[in-house]
Amino acid sequence: MKEIFVLAEHRQGQWRDITFEMLSKGRQLAESLGSEVHAVALGKGVACLTEALRGLAHRIFLVEDDRLEVFNSETYQTVLAQLITERKPLLTLIGHSALGMDLAPNLAVQLKMPLATDCIGLEVKEDSFVMTRQIYGGKIHSIVSFKKPGPYLLTLRAGAFPVTQKDSLQSEIIPLPSPLTDGNLSKRFLGYLEAALGDVDITQADILVSVGRGIKGPENIPVVKEFAEAIGGTLSCSRPVVDKKWLPKGCQVGTSGKTVKPKIYIAVGISGAFQHIVGMKGAGTVIAINKDPKAPIFGVAHYGIVGDLFKIIPALKQKAKELRQR
Amino acid sequence: MNIIVCVKRVPETAEADLMIDKTGKDVMKSGLVFDLNEWDSYAIEEAIRLKEKQGGHVTVISVGGEEASECLRKCLAMGADDAVRLTDPAFEGADAHATARVLSESIGKLPFDLILTGTQAEDDGYGQVGGALAELLGIPHATVVNQIEADAKKLKVHRELEGGLEEILEIDLPALLTIQTGINEPRYVSIMGIRKVAKKEIKVLGAKDLTLVANETGLSGSDTRIEKISFPPTTGAARMIEGNPEEVALNVINILKDKGGLA
Repeated sequence: MKEIFVLAEHRQGQWRDITFEMLSKGRQLAESLGSEVHAVALGKGVACLTEALRGLAHRIFLVEDDRLEVFNSETYQTVLAQLITERKPLLTLIGHSALGMDLAPNLAVQLKMPLATDCIGLEVKEDSFVMTRQIYGGKIHSIVSFKKPGPYLLTLRAGAFPVTQKDSLQSEIIPLPSPLTDGNLSKRFLGYLEAALGDVDITQADILVSVGRGIKGPENIPVVKEFAEAIGGTLSCSRPVVDKKWLPKGCQVGTSGKTVKPKIYIAVGISGAFQHIVGMKGAGTVIAINKDPKAPIFGVAHYGIVGDLFKIIPALKQKAKELRQR
Repeated sequence: MNIIVCVKRVPETAEADLMIDKTGKDVMKSGLVFDLNEWDSYAIEEAIRLKEKQGGHVTVISVGGEEASECLRKCLAMGADDAVRLTDPAFEGADAHATARVLSESIGKLPFDLILTGTQAEDDGYGQVGGALAELLGIPHATVVNQIEADAKKLKVHRELEGGLEEILEIDLPALLTIQTGINEPRYVSIMGIRKVAKKEIKVLGAKDLTLVANETGLSGSDTRIEKISFPPTTGAARMIEGNPEEVALNVINILKDKGGLA
């Protein structure tokens, strides 16, 4: 049977959103194929957590082992390789997350499975699949197919697939024995580290003025900060600004930073990579200033300004200050 | 410590106006400026820092034609000791898996303790070559690494997870790490610096030098195929504000007031 497997992803006792996104997509694919969608949950003491997946898959394969307490690509790869080899699902879905990026390429090579990563679209085509991926930083969409027969492996981008509500399935929870044996791992988990919060918590701000790569250099940030302060807002940023150490990690909006929902979000020189948009699309009103009229940020903005931020921001700061003085 | 860094030459497209070529499967490359993949510039910098701290040798390796040499020279100017370019018509059109195979065949012949790659490439964004290469070489790996502490037999690395979280791992050598942007500040390379290494030999290897069968590389060795490419559908409809900076500013201030931003 052309079954769809979904690797359920959890961390620190919680399912990641991508799990539900993949189960929803997996169910739709299974319906197209006249088959079933199965969740695969690996962990230690996750049986009760698995209750939250009930109704979302036909079967839930559960492998419990002390060595699966935290994600390690080595243990996950061993368990999944055995499961896929034995049960031969047509397709296995894994999140294109820090977990999936560490696991999927290796698993694909080991089992000689064709893999396409970071898919944002996915449909059934005969007994195979057609995927949409983003290339060139999201400026181009690429339609990709497999050249070889399955079983296939795909990683799906978090936030790209909606979760649709459907009737509950009669989920059967199937505990499986762990195939892990007492071997020494060459990669060992030592602990988690939470990024230090900055002076301000950007998730609490009503107004965020966010700077991106377009700001060109750290010397240009003060004027944006002054504008933010003049309107009672807080300064935040996109990833490139943190990578270049112009602002601290605590200021970063996006997948690897913070998810924010301010009343007003002003994106200054931010092109709008998907990973950034995921972190700010819940904002009430989005105003984007960018010199590239094709920048994806204009796809989520309510108001757009195509122009030179180095002229517009000083003018905005001036106007805001005049208003304050009145 | 012997370190190998895999790099890729990519077009800079962030501010470019892209056009789709006649095949419908790629963008027109003429007029685009090419440079070292951003992730790879952090990887080569990290390798050089490790070498500076504890001695060793850095070899930089790239799959590509003659034009890939300019990226390799940039890496040599940054401080890499040797450069290898893997080039053959048979390698063309390779997907991530086929590229990893070419790299593994050439790297398998070299002594190494550590391999670094970028987490992903700016152009196709697979994020797949590093992990696939580690699997082909049979060595442990960690992806999305944003901190490394090395000793003789093992590394302590931080991986970037979602939401500002990191995980700390210990990993035995030899190993492969894929490097995330922001791990360091890549050093600036001047034109003078590149000139200084202009005569340095770049070793060129082809399919014949590697023990690869034709159907394992390039387009024919790929598991995936690009059917076509397109511009993304335009979503949403931002109301565009036009005018000179003062007019735009006034308009924005009015919007802010309207949305309760300037109480």
